[in-house]
Amino acid sequence: MSKILLIAEHADGQLNAGVAKAMDCAQQIGGDVDVAILAESGQSVAEQAAKLAGVTRVLVVDNAANAHPMAATLAPQIVALAQQGGYSHVISTNSTQGKDLMPRVAALLGVPQVTDIMAVHGPNSFDRPIYAGNAIITVEAPAEPLICGTVRLASFQPVASDNSAPVEAASVDAEIPSHTRFQGVEIHKSDRPDLQSAPRVVSGGRALGSSENFEIIYKLADKIGAAVGASRAAVDSGYVPNDMQVGQTGKIIAPELYICAGISGAIQHLAGIKDARTIVAINKDEEAPIFEVADYGLVGDLFEVVPELAEKL
Amino acid sequence: MKALVSVKRVVDYNVRIQVKGDGSGVVTDGVKHSMNPFDEIAMEEAVRLREKGIVSEIVAVTIGGAKSEETLRTALAFGADRAIHVKTEEAVEPLTAARTLKAVFEKESPELFLMGKQAIDDDANQTGQMTAALLGLPQATFASKVEIADGKATVTREIDAGLETLEVDLPAVITTDLRLNEPRYLKLPDIMKAKKKPVDATSLDELGVEPAAAIKVTKTAPPPERSKGEMVKDVDELVEKLKSKGLV
Ligand SMILES: Cc1cc2nc3c(=O)[nH]c(=O)nc-3n(C[C@H](O)[C@H](O)[C@H](O)COP(=O)(O)OP(=O)(O)OC[C@H]3O[C@@H](n4cnc5c(N)ncnc54)[C@H](O)[C@@H]3O)c2cc1C
Ligand SMILES: Cc1cc2nc3c(=O)[nH]c(=O)nc-3n(C[C@H](O)[C@H](O)[C@H](O)COP(=O)(O)OP(=O)(O)OC[C@H]3O[C@@H](n4cnc5c(N)ncnc54)[C@H](O)[C@@H]3O)c2cc1C
Repeated sequence: MSKILLIAEHADGQLNAGVAKAMDCAQQIGGDVDVAILAESGQSVAEQAAKLAGVTRVLVVDNAANAHPMAATLAPQIVALAQQGGYSHVISTNSTQGKDLMPRVAALLGVPQVTDIMAVHGPNSFDRPIYAGNAIITVEAPAEPLICGTVRLASFQPVASDNSAPVEAASVDAEIPSHTRFQGVEIHKSDRPDLQSAPRVVSGGRALGSSENFEIIYKLADKIGAAVGASRAAVDSGYVPNDMQVGQTGKIIAPELYICAGISGAIQHLAGIKDARTIVAINKDEEAPIFEVADYGLVGDLFEVVPELAEKL
Repeated sequence: MKALVSVKRVVDYNVRIQVKGDGSGVVTDGVKHSMNPFDEIAMEEAVRLREKGIVSEIVAVTIGGAKSEETLRTALAFGADRAIHVKTEEAVEPLTAARTLKAVFEKESPELFLMGKQAIDDDANQTGQMTAALLGLPQATFASKVEIADGKATVTREIDAGLETLEVDLPAVITTDLRLNEPRYLKLPDIMKAKKKPVDATSLDELGVEPAAAIKVTKTAPPPERSKGEMVKDVDELVEKLKSKGLV
């Protein structure tokens, strides 16, 4: 039977919302699931994780070196945990943290990694996207000695919070390198819903032309309680910060409703929204490729359409 | 200091990928290939660091078949001084690529190893982290700014929540994100000059690399198709549709 170690992401004492979705993936793999919290002081995060349905145990590894999650310091501790516990799987979310961390863990364990698991067929058989999601491959990872993977959050549902799994302190025997030092983080705080979990998202592209003009996107979003996203062109042009980029090399999202204005629909952008339930596109060019994937398309000038839509919704 | 840059030949980012009818893979024969865009960014960064007088020599490396030499020539046109071609006709997975790059690193002893954060074909986003792990070196992934001084690199990284800054001792592996720089257009004289620059061929065997256990691809399928949508004539019609579907 499988024995899964799920590495939980957290910040400021809050468990990342993606962990509940990664639990869904873990439960589909089947078997015992231990959630590991590596933190400076992880008790309160551990209590949040213990509530997630399907969790067998929560393991807390407290260490001052874990105050800021860095792959170089976390990886050797996770390797030690994985080996001490005899796990069959080590998984994490496919967030920037998981993407940074898990290949380092896999390489230290000497095993390949399955990136971006989007479906589970069995303990070692998974689907994952390649070529910006334009092809889906079914893969079989070598089961021995163990399997490492990251979970595509847009493909899984959060599990319920009705559990009360035991929380245990774990000690690991690992040498933590000092060659990598945290200097600072600039968090783009926003009162709007989180882009990766919001049921509604409104995005703007290059056509917005400036960060001031982007206001009309924010207004529409606020009217319907949506998160705000953007194309790479809008980020590169400095209209919005990098963490708002949706796409192959940005965030992959799966909202119920995705409204985009002034975005042409490049392959790389579409890769981030393929799993959206309903896509609404507003573009002045009726030939724009975004209309090929849109459920509802409206040809028009976004500077007229977007404010009108905000008013009428 | 010496910089090593790995560059991979991939299907061009503008190509619309077709899955083969028998599910055995995607059509790559006869389609345009080019250097992985993130590796172009890595090459550009190396060249800029040389222009600033920080880097003195740039070595490009690729792992791949005969056609990958084109990619090395592109790297040489960017400004690499010489190139290493690790020849193999087999698909190389990230862990094997990392073992190979480790072997090349150990022969070359660079202070800086730059590469793309992900190759846009397989989208694995693993090779840099794995290479750093195997070498026991620091890694700074998804870099949007790199500053080098006093044997250290200060790297700003694009993360989900915003921007993070790390300081790493050199040598280190740094993987590039989109906003690190905008790669230059290659000029004809540079492309001509590149043809004369040296390319050393080697192999996994010669480097003593043992390929890692592979992840087996059992099927390749197109993604589920979205059903064709409809065009609406104005905002009123759109609002009505969204309301009738309970979306707002
Ligand atoms: C390696 C790589 C990775 C990439 N990763 C991503 C990624 O993750 N995410 C991403 O988004 N892109 C990504 N890209 C970039 C992608 O290829 C496109 O360049 C980008 O998505 C274009 O952004 P856009 O649609 O806003 O701009 P454009 O393509 O310039 O489109 C602007 C659109 O606005 C319309 N328009 C103009 N004025 C108006 C108006 N007044 N009213 C209504 N419509 C108007 C135009 O008709 C046009 O369709 C990547 C590219 C590469 C090479
Ligand atoms: C349709 C399809 C079928 C496949 N089938 C198989 C199969 O049957 N067997 C198998 O073993 N693999 C198979 N692969 C895997 C594939 O060849 C490798 O996994 C992939 O090339 C390496 O991952 P990546 O390039 O996405 O790595 P990433 O980690 O995304 O690459 C990041 C960076 O690493 C560097 N890098 C990576 N590879 C190289 C390289 N070759 N040369 C120089 N630098 C490099 C580059 O700088 C790159 O920017 C298949 C892939 C696809 C798309």
